[in-house]
Amino acid sequence: MTFALAIEQLLNGVQLGVMLFLMAAGLTLIFGVMGLINLAHGSLYMVGAFACASVAAWTGSFWLGVIASLAAAAAAGAIIEITVIRRLYDRDHLDQVLATFALILIFSEGTRWLFGSFPLYLDIPAALQGAMELPGGAQYPVYRLAIIVTGALVALGLYLLISKTRLGMRIRAGESDREMIAALGVDIRTLYTLVFALGAALAGLAGAMVGALQSVQVGMGEPVLILAFVVIIIGGIGSIKGALIGALLVGVVDTMGRFLLPQVFALVVPPAQAGLIGGSLASMLIYILMAIILAVKPRGLFPAQA
Amino acid sequence: MKTILKAATLALALGSSSLAMAEPIKIGLITTLSGGGAGLGVDTRDGFMLAIKQSGNKDITVITEDDAQKPELAVQIADKMIQSDQVDILTGIVWSNLLMAVVPGVVAQEKLYISTNAAPAALAGEKCDPLYFNAAYQNDNLHEAMGEYANKVYKKMFIMAPNYPAGKDSLTGFKRYFKGDVSKEIYTQVGQTDYAAEIAQIRASGADGVFAFLPGGMGIAFMKQYAQSGVKIPVIGPGFSFSQDVLPAIGDAALGAKASGQWAKDLDNAANKKFVPAFQAEYGRLPSIYAVQAYDAGQLIVAAAAKASIKDTAAFAAELKKADIQSPRGKFKFNTNRHPIQDIYVTEVVKDNGVLTNKIVEKIFTDHGDAYAKDCKK
Repeated sequence: MTFALAIEQLLNGVQLGVMLFLMAAGLTLIFGVMGLINLAHGSLYMVGAFACASVAAWTGSFWLGVIASLAAAAAAGAIIEITVIRRLYDRDHLDQVLATFALILIFSEGTRWLFGSFPLYLDIPAALQGAMELPGGAQYPVYRLAIIVTGALVALGLYLLISKTRLGMRIRAGESDREMIAALGVDIRTLYTLVFALGAALAGLAGAMVGALQSVQVGMGEPVLILAFVVIIIGGIGSIKGALIGALLVGVVDTMGRFLLPQVFALVVPPAQAGLIGGSLASMLIYILMAIILAVKPRGLFPAQA
Repeated sequence: MKTILKAATLALALGSSSLAMAEPIKIGLITTLSGGGAGLGVDTRDGFMLAIKQSGNKDITVITEDDAQKPELAVQIADKMIQSDQVDILTGIVWSNLLMAVVPGVVAQEKLYISTNAAPAALAGEKCDPLYFNAAYQNDNLHEAMGEYANKVYKKMFIMAPNYPAGKDSLTGFKRYFKGDVSKEIYTQVGQTDYAAEIAQIRASGADGVFAFLPGGMGIAFMKQYAQSGVKIPVIGPGFSFSQDVLPAIGDAALGAKASGQWAKDLDNAANKKFVPAFQAEYGRLPSIYAVQAYDAGQLIVAAAAKASIKDTAAFAAELKKADIQSPRGKFKFNTNRHPIQDIYVTEVVKDNGVLTNKIVEKIFTDHGDAYAKDCKK
């Protein structure tokens, strides 16, 4: 294994992690502030990708597509918060899971009805095409670097928002004591809608950025949703910092596992077998990681104060 | 109400009984109509329905259900279709893991199964069954063709496929014909969407060619990411990796890619010249290979229905085996294990009037069967 390959794989892990962070941040905020399990978060990711792909196809500009994805996902988030989610805050988690699972089905079939069953085309903008040389001789796609930078900026922005602004103060207050903040005269309903729309917009952004790398199709959100849940469980539910560390951990462990495990097995069994065993074990690796972390720290790495 | 309906149906049946065998035939079409693999299922359904519609045979009814690409669901639907809908023939499953779950139960209940796509090795060899037909190919075939093609062009190949029965058949088939070095063999996850880790290994592999079997959304993701990676090693694959259902979504990144197929839009025969425009007129898009395979499965049933009664399953199966159809693929007949013997071509992705499509470059196999037929004793 060369140094260049190691660097490239590490960057791949970080890029996957950053993408997961965008999903997990919204999920963990919504769970932390409102105590709501939102399975439909993956659908908002899909909404972002479809909005980006269709606006980009219509206007020819990927950037307008990204703006559209933020707007569409935030709007979809606000609408489902007001019409459906709002009724679920006082219910138990099973009701929330059922209702948001229904939302997944509605979003998926609605999208299929609007756009059809075939994947949409969404290409990377011209400015971010191709690969660039990194120090050490490694080549890396510019677009993936752009995703890493965007993710870092979002993480910074969220940190500033939560710790430095009045809105952030309210979000933190809502996290610690819902009744008290309402008693102090904060409009908790609007706050909830805002937080939900913010989380949705982040998911939409992730969908738009990843849509250019893979196929924009119905059901694209659910595999990511599962990973995002793993991330927030590892990171500690309700913690943005936990979501960031958890996402990077999952991203790097998953990528390195897929890359290294088959090679490790190749030392003891024939290569064809090694590929099979290594590949199978690699797909379990993040769940093994989650189990180990939960065994040591049952509330995740950075549990939010409750 | 029921009696009125019955009378009406009877009247209709009598009215259209110009055919010698006016035995009603009920077909259960189970395919993937939701989720990431839906494009394949939609093409399967549309191709199949086109054949039934063109036949004008009013005695054939088709019930369609979505398996959501889930084996357990496919099994439930198959049981329901056989027991409560009383279908005579089942067809339509796209994925090998679903097919493996469904077919044994179907043939055990003395019903016919005609596969429109999935063709795992197990069902072509020892576990073959007189009631199980495959109208598409045997899973290994298109991969074997690429192995044969790679012999002429590449010395050291990096090969990859998803970790499921057809993925294993794929790499086995490729290696059966490829005589050069395999630098690395990778199994990815089914439904995987990010291939950065694999692309990095391709870059470092020193191979001069990449063989990738990644159907549906997996291929779209891989090809787009590969185009951005700066890796210049050419990618080849079986037809599924570059079939008509995924080409528009991959975009120009697919241009020039070589693939194998038993059919292409530009194949020069009378049946194909009729089929492609008919499909386009009906559905407003180009057919994919899945549509052709399902179209032929539909034609096979129509042809057998004209000669034998579905009530006599053995006679009907014997008529099916004669494969008396005009396939858009050209020559088509069944091997001893009821899998096709057909020509296989190498195709290249080109732009034709601004639309990405596959064009035939050369014929790689003539009258190609499969390696498992000799193990099929039934």
